[in-house]
Amino acid sequence: MKTKIIIPIIFLLSSQAVSANAVDEMFSEYKQSGVTNISEKQGEALWTKSFKNKKTGQLRSCATCHTSNLKKTGKHAKTGKLIEPMALSINSKRYTKVKKIKKWFKRNCKWTFGRECSAQEQADMLAYLIK
Amino acid sequence: MKNITNFIIGTGIIGLILSASLVIADDDDDKYEKKKRGDSIYSQFFSKKLDVAPVKNGLYKEECGSCHFAYQPGLLPSRSWKKMMGDLENHFDENAELDTETQTALTKYLVENSADDANYKRSIKIMNSLRNNSTPLRITEVPYFIRKHDEIPRRLVQDNPELGSFSKCAACHVNAEKGSYEDDDVRIPGYGKWDDD
Repeated sequence: MKTKIIIPIIFLLSSQAVSANAVDEMFSEYKQSGVTNISEKQGEALWTKSFKNKKTGQLRSCATCHTSNLKKTGKHAKTGKLIEPMALSINSKRYTKVKKIKKWFKRNCKWTFGRECSAQEQADMLAYLIK
Repeated sequence: MKNITNFIIGTGIIGLILSASLVIADDDDDKYEKKKRGDSIYSQFFSKKLDVAPVKNGLYKEECGSCHFAYQPGLLPSRSWKKMMGDLENHFDENAELDTETQTALTKYLVENSADDANYKRSIKIMNSLRNNSTPLRITEVPYFIRKHDEIPRRLVQDNPELGSFSKCAACHVNAEKGSYEDDDVRIPGYGKWDDD
């Protein structure tokens, strides 16, 4: 009986520890790159801001695929594939791997803004996503 | 003696029935197809049951399948996969960049399991329909694919608000993830079962 309770607790603790590690690692990298102030608000502003794509002329923002509510399931603008919610508060699988965080920031900043995001921008957005 | 004659006649009849059913089973509309490689009714009968080999590579499912249907490598020739994997920054107007290590591993997987040498029904038909000098990047541009879908009216796919394009295999082929694309397993969103007859 006891083991039945203990196992999920261990699992919960370890998964939280992993997510904290990846996020901590990202923030320490941002700090090393010279970021001193990290702002959730700035992150939110950037997340919802629309940019005109040079090629297609369409307006793109993070919310195009992820919706403006981080707790909602998103949808890929082109393929229609469903995207799990971004909010760490309801999706504990998010932000558990440094490699994955970097990959998606790189790809999606390029798609949305037409360029890579700075360390400051990434730090702000990450703070907003994990709040 | 009579028993032996009966046996021979009986076996002959069974044989005839078997070969007739084999011909019926080969009902695909591929009469224009060149019989290049193992495309006889016998090889189809003895080849593996599935249409294409299902995806078993976890990295591929994760990296490619998070944005779109994880198309089986057996749906395109290796030359197509190599070309596609060499330009992931412009992946059908999307940025799908990967780190070098992942990119190399996925290219290897795609090439090794490409349609070229796959002993699966649809892979063979795809390869046989391609010209040697063509390197399609879209499965929907493969002649065999086009021929198999040419009877479906626009309103059911391109103009279907629930679909929009032929590239969402699993939206209609309910067993697509398992590598099965049989006609009986087609359910078009907002329309239902597709009857080929």
